[in-house]
Amino acid sequence: MALLGNERRPENIVLGTLDDLINLARSRSMWPLTFGIACCAIEMMNSSATRYDADRFGFFYRNTPRQADVMIVSGTVNKKLGKRLRVLYDQMAEPRWVISMGACANQGGPFRQGYSVVEGVDKIVPVDVYVPGCPPRPEALLQALLLLRDKVADPDMRYIPGTQMEADFDVLAEPGKDGREHL
Amino acid sequence: MSDSTVLDTVLTNPAVGSSPTGLVQSRSDEMIVNLGPQHPATHGVLQIVLGIDGERVTSATPHIGFLHRNHEKIEEARTYEQVIPYLDRMDYVSGLQNELPYILAIEELSGIEVPERAKYIRTALFELNRVISHLVWLGTYLLDLGAITPFLYAFRDRELALDIIEKTAGARLLPNYYTFGGVRRDIHPLFWQNLGEFCDYFETVIPEYAALTIDAPIFQARTIDVGFLNAATAINHGITGPNLRAAGVAHDLRKDQPYDAYPELDFDVITLERGDAYARSKVRFEEFYQSLSLIRQCIEKAPRSGAFKGKGRVKIEEYQQRYKAVEASRGQLGVFVASDGGTGPYRSKHRSPSFTNLQVIPDLFIGQKFADVIAILGSIDIVLGEVDR
Repeated sequence: MALLGNERRPENIVLGTLDDLINLARSRSMWPLTFGIACCAIEMMNSSATRYDADRFGFFYRNTPRQADVMIVSGTVNKKLGKRLRVLYDQMAEPRWVISMGACANQGGPFRQGYSVVEGVDKIVPVDVYVPGCPPRPEALLQALLLLRDKVADPDMRYIPGTQMEADFDVLAEPGKDGREHL
Repeated sequence: MSDSTVLDTVLTNPAVGSSPTGLVQSRSDEMIVNLGPQHPATHGVLQIVLGIDGERVTSATPHIGFLHRNHEKIEEARTYEQVIPYLDRMDYVSGLQNELPYILAIEELSGIEVPERAKYIRTALFELNRVISHLVWLGTYLLDLGAITPFLYAFRDRELALDIIEKTAGARLLPNYYTFGGVRRDIHPLFWQNLGEFCDYFETVIPEYAALTIDAPIFQARTIDVGFLNAATAINHGITGPNLRAAGVAHDLRKDQPYDAYPELDFDVITLERGDAYARSKVRFEEFYQSLSLIRQCIEKAPRSGAFKGKGRVKIEEYQQRYKAVEASRGQLGVFVASDGGTGPYRSKHRSPSFTNLQVIPDLFIGQKFADVIAILGSIDIVLGEVDR
């Protein structure tokens, strides 16, 4: 981490940019949005419950998008939910991050062939960390949260305003009009 | 008569607008409140449009389909064996239970015999899954009612049960363990011992849960006399499972249409008369004890040696169909399979308990206080993966 690393002086003076300090602060208390969708949501609950305890890393679930920093997409997103998911994402205050949890959110998973399933949530919102698995274990989600923490704290990967991806609403079109093969 | 006119009448002539008790009867405009799809108490992605008049609910319209992922259509394009993992993902809280009705139907259609030992393994895990499922209900329901601690306790003990499933099947949540003719691989040597240790431990913590929940005055104040569901309404709506038994109807497929090892096991159907949210919670608590007793009977009676999987392969030659149902944690879980002689099901239709249990929600909500809506919804215990499929 640049803030604490390269410019340390013997007089206990630390030199760095304000961005580094802000990013360090942001990375230490990231609040995910309580938005359970499918099977992965049960493992998401597990990861913040007794044995795995994500609270110790500062990940504390908030019920409203206005107070949340991270959206964990924990399950299959279909066309009906996709519009709501984008609305929720837009309601979150910037800077905001997205974790795609599980095979369904990554690319459609076992339901990829279905007529109503969006092939990956990254068609609708930009994704920072992908977690593989069906469903991923709570440890895998914790690792993703810690990876995201490092990403936020690292000045080389810091959030750049104005690079948000636009949603591709074509994927939410009616079955048969979305230009792909499905059952 | 508009509100201002009512108010004028009351102000000018107090006798007109006042009731015999002396309280002024007034009516405000109906307000529409959206509950969900992103709401921590809807247990997934359910939207309910509520009409509110003051504190009373006047209308309730559930909107489903936010998790519709084409289970039935995709299953038509899979072979019989490939369908099983999809069944896990329907009611993901009790994954193993979902596999059983389909497997029973295919076993019956293609004449596969199940060894005695496999039946007991299946039944023990089936009841363990009921404990896991009711623990999720306990944690999330109390979370909805505003208590955080029971959630942590419930998930602490649920992990111990998941460990047994993981050690046996290889996966913790969606195990894909049952198969045609038995189970997919043999149990490990300490399986029955681990199950017994879990039962001994879990029996000691149920009173702790009860002290925190059904015996606690706050919980009783939130749930007693809330969300009445009488037997006639329940039967008319096709409600099954703990919700029906809490209304006084002794309906339990483990007794009425026994499958696997249930004919050899000894248990009574738990019923309560009241039919309110408290009774539904109480039935689930009694089922904790019942499941532990059934697991213990399986440990005692299961043969210690023998095959874990019967011989025979899936072969359904001409057009045949079968409906099989089991008593899952939420009620009657059925599957209708039709075969046209191919390698996979021609049609596979699921009868999921959560979907039918959800139908009664408008009846339960209308007339209740707005603050009780969450207490009623949580006591019905739905899983949206199963509702939308």
